[in-house]
Amino acid sequence: MLNSTGVVAAQRPRGRRWLAAAAGLALGLTAASAARAQDTIKVGILHSLSGTMAISETTLKDVVLMLIDEQNKKGGVLGKKLEPVVVDPASNWPLFAEKARELISKDHVSVVFGCWTSVSRKSVLPVFKELDNLLFYPVQYEGEESERNVIYTGAAPNQQAIPAVDYLASPDGGNVKRWVLEGTDYVYPRTTNKILEAYLTDVLKVAPEDIMINYTPFGFSDWQTEVSKIKAFGSAGKKTAVVSTINGDANVPFYKELGNQGIKATDIPVVAFSVGEEELAGLDTKPLVGHLAAWNYFESIKTPANEAFIKAWHEFIKNPKRTTNDPMEAHYIGFNMWVKAVEKVGSADPDKVIDALPGTKQANLTGGVSELLPNHHITKPVFIGEIRPDGQFDVVWKTKDLVPGAAWSPYIATSKNLIGDWVKLKCGNYNTVTKKCGGA
Amino acid sequence: MRFSRACLVVLLLVLCFALDWETARAASAADAITHFTADDFSETLTGIKEIAGSGDPRAETILRALQEGQLQFSAQRKAVYIKDVSGKLTDAVTGQPISGELPPDTDNVRLNNRLRGALDAALGGLTLLAKDPATRYDAAQAVFKSRQASALPTLDAAIAKEQDKGVKRAMQEARAAIILSGTAGDADKLAAVDIIRQRGDQDSLGLLASLPANTSPAVMKSVTAAIGAIKNRLALWEAVQNAWYGISLGSVLLLAAIGLAITFGVMGVINMAHGEMVMLGAYVTFVVQEIIRARDPALFDYSLAIAIPASFLVAGCVGILIERCIIRFLYGRPLETLLATWGLSLILQQAVRTVFGPNNRDVGNPSWMSGAFDLGGITITYNRLWIICFAIAIFIALLALLRFTRFGLEMRAVTQNRPMAASMGIRTSRVDALTFGLGSGIAGMAGVALSQIDNVSPNLGQGYIIDSFMVVVFGGVGNLWGTLVGSFVLGVANKFLEPYAGAVLGKIAILVLIILFIQKRPRGMFALKGRAIEA
Amino acid sequence: MTPHILIRSLDRGAIFFLLAIACIAILVPILNLAVPSTSAFYVPTYLVALFGKYACYALLALSIDLIWGYCGILSLGHGAFFALGGYAMGMYLMRQIGTRGVYANPILPDFMVFLNWKQLPVYWYGFQFFPYAALMVLLIPGVLAFVFGWFAFRSRVTGVYLSIITQALTFALMLGFFRNNFGFGGNNGLTDFKDILGFNVQAETTRNALFSTSCLAIMIGFVLCRAIITSKFGKVLIAIRDAEARTRFLGYRVESYKLFVFTLSACMAGVAGALYVPQVGIINPSEFAPANSIEAVIWVAVGGRGTLTGAVIGAVLVNYAKTYFTSGFLAPYWLFMLGALFILVTLLLPRGVIGTLRHWNALRRDRASAAAEDGVREPLPAE
Repeated sequence: MLNSTGVVAAQRPRGRRWLAAAAGLALGLTAASAARAQDTIKVGILHSLSGTMAISETTLKDVVLMLIDEQNKKGGVLGKKLEPVVVDPASNWPLFAEKARELISKDHVSVVFGCWTSVSRKSVLPVFKELDNLLFYPVQYEGEESERNVIYTGAAPNQQAIPAVDYLASPDGGNVKRWVLEGTDYVYPRTTNKILEAYLTDVLKVAPEDIMINYTPFGFSDWQTEVSKIKAFGSAGKKTAVVSTINGDANVPFYKELGNQGIKATDIPVVAFSVGEEELAGLDTKPLVGHLAAWNYFESIKTPANEAFIKAWHEFIKNPKRTTNDPMEAHYIGFNMWVKAVEKVGSADPDKVIDALPGTKQANLTGGVSELLPNHHITKPVFIGEIRPDGQFDVVWKTKDLVPGAAWSPYIATSKNLIGDWVKLKCGNYNTVTKKCGGA
Repeated sequence: MRFSRACLVVLLLVLCFALDWETARAASAADAITHFTADDFSETLTGIKEIAGSGDPRAETILRALQEGQLQFSAQRKAVYIKDVSGKLTDAVTGQPISGELPPDTDNVRLNNRLRGALDAALGGLTLLAKDPATRYDAAQAVFKSRQASALPTLDAAIAKEQDKGVKRAMQEARAAIILSGTAGDADKLAAVDIIRQRGDQDSLGLLASLPANTSPAVMKSVTAAIGAIKNRLALWEAVQNAWYGISLGSVLLLAAIGLAITFGVMGVINMAHGEMVMLGAYVTFVVQEIIRARDPALFDYSLAIAIPASFLVAGCVGILIERCIIRFLYGRPLETLLATWGLSLILQQAVRTVFGPNNRDVGNPSWMSGAFDLGGITITYNRLWIICFAIAIFIALLALLRFTRFGLEMRAVTQNRPMAASMGIRTSRVDALTFGLGSGIAGMAGVALSQIDNVSPNLGQGYIIDSFMVVVFGGVGNLWGTLVGSFVLGVANKFLEPYAGAVLGKIAILVLIILFIQKRPRGMFALKGRAIEA
Repeated sequence: MTPHILIRSLDRGAIFFLLAIACIAILVPILNLAVPSTSAFYVPTYLVALFGKYACYALLALSIDLIWGYCGILSLGHGAFFALGGYAMGMYLMRQIGTRGVYANPILPDFMVFLNWKQLPVYWYGFQFFPYAALMVLLIPGVLAFVFGWFAFRSRVTGVYLSIITQALTFALMLGFFRNNFGFGGNNGLTDFKDILGFNVQAETTRNALFSTSCLAIMIGFVLCRAIITSKFGKVLIAIRDAEARTRFLGYRVESYKLFVFTLSACMAGVAGALYVPQVGIINPSEFAPANSIEAVIWVAVGGRGTLTGAVIGAVLVNYAKTYFTSGFLAPYWLFMLGALFILVTLLLPRGVIGTLRHWNALRRDRASAAAEDGVREPLPAE
């Protein structure tokens, strides 16, 4: 309880001090912003280092630092060193917007690598548009977006979800006839499942009663009921598979429950879009052998570029056990594309770099060459991997060619006529039917 | 003499025959195995089928090695080897040990789910006559799933020989499954439907729902009736299952809340860092397992037994430290304690994040906590079962501690009337520290259990802190029995709501119910009576 | 009558405080808009946005201080009222986007379009009109607080029990708003705003106007709180805080007092949220997170519980520290700092910053007046 004297105590004017404090605050911030350096090119890193998303994003901060370090060893870009500016948006979405504004207005960065969740990207988007800067977004996402100021180096739904379903429906994948779409209740699973549902019913001719869609909250940990529901759904005499868009934290208890209830990959395989090497590192993978994941990169893929990347990563992080994963490769591709574009225009000015970026080609780590498309998405190969007992993935299937990322899904009625083109049309949502920019 | 010569000739002939026969069969397995060297899934599938059909005595060994991921191939030499756990190499076909280096292109024979399914089926067919009853049972289940007509003769032989009742039934069920999927007569099929109906689980439902289209109407009628009966039975069991899940969830809530029932309920300290004590316990489990993995992997099954006291000590000591450094200055100011411990929880989380990294850590399940068994129509997983036992054991131990030990007596005395206890010669500050340590230590032990079912990450504790407070407040502050009943009531209610309302709405409904319940009984289910609580 | 109460409630400190806020409210926009960006006195736009955010947090802290500092109600769910106000404003801003959304749907917000909603849910009706939205900003948190308080206070749920069920309230709301079926955009929330009252939300002038409005809101809130706590009503509140049972036995209807002040506080928090949303550009269910509400309580504790100025200053101070520590090389350690701050403040400064300063002042003056009895004493505030 508060001591009553604290309240009853007489109040004397403290105005001068407040004023002084307020002025000091303002001046302190202004003075800090006045310090500018012109002899380096600043690169902003906007990944959460604390809070719930730190689990995924901290690694991405480290990988950008590594890439900057390597580039500086090669002499930097345009004869200037790159200078990383790290901020911690603390898994707090308004803080993402604040930090983005700070990076651009105060630190004058030329490019920002950052964000993981869709909501963090949505939160910083108005800032990037207003201040005309450039964001590289490295995570697979729900699509339905093409912005001038964002380069999407992660997979769009057509680069991950649809090939995975195609594989499962093929004889090698087990001729799956019955589908459970299990996801965390947020926009990425909702959109992906909507696209998949349309794809399953229209293209693969699956009957509606053979599709079960289910959502659980973030960080869900008691999967007993859900898993037994899946088990019951799978006992209708048709080969059943689960397409999982379950978000990071909820995955470990989900897989543990699957393993314990004895659902083996040979009975009901689970294909996941958010489970990579990093997530498996926190799991005993033996009961999960054979479950699948669809990504554009796996650590286990043997190419010279990938081996060099893994070696550099282990040296940089000083831990030979750390894994690499798909979003890390996305940053690798994005970073190198940015360097190429900067060197092409001879300036790090985001406005010029954005125009120079489409068409940039960069060898990816799995043996192909990714290209940045006019819609600001990139071409990527799609791999289906099965979980191995050692926590890595065994690639069991891959697309023949690189798949171009589609910003707008043809399976969603409202977006099927839209395209993004920042080269000729200068428009992110051009309607090919009405021939107008602006969605309608 | 002539006779002996004749005998010799016969013997030689037999020997030659036998030898020739052996080589012929070995050759077929050897031929089949070359399919594995193609590194192509379809080729491997052909290989599995041919080896299973070859009748080679080593077929089982080869296929088992393939299943375990111990089969290596060299495309160069067109040879396949078995590399066992200790790294010893043998030739897959002959079983001869291999000395010297393997060719550089040696790689694992890769599998995918289709192959694993085929492998299970093939092994099922091969091991129906195995010595170990458990293997025979698994084999019968594999045949039930694969419904391979080719397994029928072996199955019939096995059934005739089988002594074990359970295994025999499983084999009969497998036989019924094959008959129903095949072209047998109606009488056979009707008998088979009956057997499947008695099995009555979800797999049977799956089997009956996927019969071939040419099944006769008479059989179909009985199948429809069987499906109805099985569904009815499963619906009944579903209620039992929900109750079981509820109890399981309740035990998790109890574990998370019971430490809080001491620090918050008995001492009146709102410990927002309680969840972090749980997290510390989980990380202690991780460290213990890491040490065991590095030093003596054979002890892995005992890792939890070691981790429980270790986590109790670590979390308990941290708790005592917190009490001595922070909380003892804040007694009587519950809301300030809330703020300080909230700050503390931020520090602990970030400290763990700095030391162990922000990623999830891998805490394995010992073998006795893996897997499940069927009880009637429900599946009971061992880890949930053990967690329920563990939660109840902790609860009983705690009750006993409070009731029968000197420390328990002192603790109750101090919390009931501090000045009086002090004047009776009890060192109240020491009791405070130990009580807080006890609460924290129990939270640490809860962390060991939660590490078995949840993420081990710095955020582990945050997921449980609100639920724990709800349980303690719902049950009634200051009453351990209230915590027990509260956690099980909330767990069961949640699990009965979940199938109808969905996970999110179910949880919201529970929260709203708690809010309303507190209006009705502002001090929880088991409120302490008297005026002392007003102070 | 009313002006009289308002003026009487202000002592010199309060007037000084109001003047300081007014100065900031006028000065910052001038320094941002009228001063050239090369000048040393120029305030960059991102700072205006940042200060605007602080101002909203300050108003939230003020609302918490009113109930916690003066009535002893510790709400750990005030973030819920803040977020509800924010959502009401966010819905207005979403409706203003009109055909400028990516799908150019004149009625439905983008998130409804791509999740195949065919028509606008009924509860979204009317939010295209600013007066209606503004009314809802007050009404939704107010009604929720009234209903919640009605049940809670009448059944005499007090102390930690109340704190914990307020936490359950905000937690339940968070889970609900995360659901996409709820029609509030799920996890992504409401974002990509274009206009407020016809002005571009991203324009510098709009930002400055929003900042000044937030300062004005603090001033109004402050005067309102002063008026309440210096009135007879306020005395009863303090009596409830210090001895609830005794006050009840003296014949006061404790529930009604509590209910009134709780509802008022929720409305203030709603206004704070409504001003917050256009300035940060997004509202999402994580604003309901119990951690946010606890943090807001901590701002008040840092500034000084039961000192209205302290609540404002505490909010600004802690959030400034957060801004400062989350950048640069300190970024990995800022949670340590924040955590240590909470522990140290509760252990060493139980009265908070302002409370401690006042306490020292009072002690010094007591000594001074004891030494020189003829010294002129200032009139004690009617607190």
